[in-house]
Amino acid sequence: MSEWRGGPLLQLTLWRLREFLREPEALFWVFAFPILLALALGIAFKNRGPATVRVAVEQGVGAQELQAVLDSASGIEAVTLPQQIAGDRLRNGRVALVVRPGESIEYVFDSTRNEGNLARLVVHNAIQEAAGRRDVWEVRDRRINEPGSRYIDFLIPGLIGMNIMGTGLWGVGYGIVKQRTHKLVKRLLASPVRKSQYMLSHVLARLVFLVFEVTAVLAFGHYVFGVPVRGTLAAIAVVSFLGAMAFAGLGLLVASRARTIEGVSGLMNLVMVPMWIFSGIFFAYSNFPEALHPIILALPLTALNDALRGVILDGASLSSQAGLLAIVAAWGLASFGVALKIFRWE
Amino acid sequence: MTKTAVSCQGLVKRYGPVLAVDGLDLEVFEGECFGMLGPNGAGKTTTIEMIQGLLEPDQGTVRVLDLSWEGHERELRQRMGTQLQETRLPEKLTVKETVTLFRSFYREGHTVDEVLDKVELQEKRDTWVSKLSGGQRQRLAVACALVSTPDILFLDEPTTGLDPQSRRRLWDIIAAFRSSGGTVLLTTHHMEEAEQLCDRVAIVDQGTIIALGSPRALIASLGAEDVVEYALESECQIGHAELGALPGVQQVHSDDGRTVLTVTRVHQAVPALMKFLMERGAELSELVTHHATLEDVFLSLTGRHLRDE
Repeated sequence: MSEWRGGPLLQLTLWRLREFLREPEALFWVFAFPILLALALGIAFKNRGPATVRVAVEQGVGAQELQAVLDSASGIEAVTLPQQIAGDRLRNGRVALVVRPGESIEYVFDSTRNEGNLARLVVHNAIQEAAGRRDVWEVRDRRINEPGSRYIDFLIPGLIGMNIMGTGLWGVGYGIVKQRTHKLVKRLLASPVRKSQYMLSHVLARLVFLVFEVTAVLAFGHYVFGVPVRGTLAAIAVVSFLGAMAFAGLGLLVASRARTIEGVSGLMNLVMVPMWIFSGIFFAYSNFPEALHPIILALPLTALNDALRGVILDGASLSSQAGLLAIVAAWGLASFGVALKIFRWE
Repeated sequence: MTKTAVSCQGLVKRYGPVLAVDGLDLEVFEGECFGMLGPNGAGKTTTIEMIQGLLEPDQGTVRVLDLSWEGHERELRQRMGTQLQETRLPEKLTVKETVTLFRSFYREGHTVDEVLDKVELQEKRDTWVSKLSGGQRQRLAVACALVSTPDILFLDEPTTGLDPQSRRRLWDIIAAFRSSGGTVLLTTHHMEEAEQLCDRVAIVDQGTIIALGSPRALIASLGAEDVVEYALESECQIGHAELGALPGVQQVHSDDGRTVLTVTRVHQAVPALMKFLMERGAELSELVTHHATLEDVFLSLTGRHLRDE
């Protein structure tokens, strides 16, 4: 035998890789989709400069002077309008506050809205300063908008976590169920290939793609939006690897008994949807009631996302993330263990 | 002395209330091509999958190459080749990649090129499986079974759904494997396939073997070499006993408005039949005679056709 072919594990893994690479749709969802999502959300939530406060000045005696005062102040955009129109604009939110000139100036605003309160403070300050008020205590402003604390910085590690979950479940779960419905699993069972090699090949193929999908999203965030990568690449690799193992295990578990593509798709959504919502991909899970936190924190994606943010954004060491990594690893081990026990080969 | 390649005794398999295989005994000798012939649902696939160690029998024993599955699974899997019904090989792999994948599972075997030559798929080697015709896919499935140079080849309905030309090409491949000394166990519901390929045939119906022998011996067991089949223009009550009394007629069946006679001396039986029908004023709408086949054996044993088409 002169031709080189490698062992069954290599060939089984190559099979997985080839099928994936020859499926343009799969490539789109794994590589292009997270990057497009990051681009869209990164632009939508791009931090702007200090917000401008929009206010109206009611026509009347003294309106002109007030308009001049507000025009000269920074961060205020004022228009002088008849009373009726100014009132309308306040109600529909086009201005946050109406200034009514007179003997004593009146501020009309909705005190339950942040913009109203902000506008009152800014306008009041501008008017009082123009009238000669001076601060009694000297202060200085130092504005920060540094990488690491913006929305895109929060988002990128979350998207990496989401992608690891999605490709782990889809790549392994869908792949196995498809092979089972095509009677390929049975055909392999009739050959001398070891069951462990078959399962391992799915996991190995995942790892190959993991390198590319994590690198793609991380590099995009870093070079396009300047997302900082403060941890070592080794630490990021270890966290991603553990995450990928955990979700490959879950993929194996959802695929272990499902007979149809529809069946496994339903199971995968059952696993993924709660984590899309609760695990802090797009917004922090601290927005959810305190009572839910213990459950949310026990989810594998929550732990993975927290650990990814730790190592990527804060440059945390692996040992400081040990608790989170233990949660991820526990999910992986438990699902692998159960999947191997209940896996249906026919 | 001929050695036994497959032997099973008292195989039983139930699917819920359905008894798929009902106490089946079978013996296949080394170097022969053995066919299980029967209609769909007769229990052929269940039986061949139990023999291959893919299904656990509810009762009964299986030995393959004089080994039991218990404790010898790895060795047996190295030594057998298989083609399963309904396996869909990976669509996005090329022919060569598919054979290479299966070759990698075995310690010894052909090179990929040797197998592709055998199944005449060399010019399709870089074509995706999804682009192959039905016959080419089936030849590829057989290539994956042959790649290990197996001692025994299991084929489950290898030519079902193929056109006659593709069917013949597969028969040639199977015959070549046999002539190199391999043992073949195949299932089919196609009697011509069984007659062409098999040294011995087991006719399977409702989970048991109802007849066993070489195709020639089975046909001879009808006691008649020819079959005369006719249909009448209009309904006419003719007793089977009267027809059976005609010269050379061995057996009489009625089947969906047609009457089927198995006869020994067709040159005497047909004129006698014509005369008999004319006397009764019955008008023929159709008359066919052909040499007896395994299909006729099945019909005479069960009163049903192999294929309900």
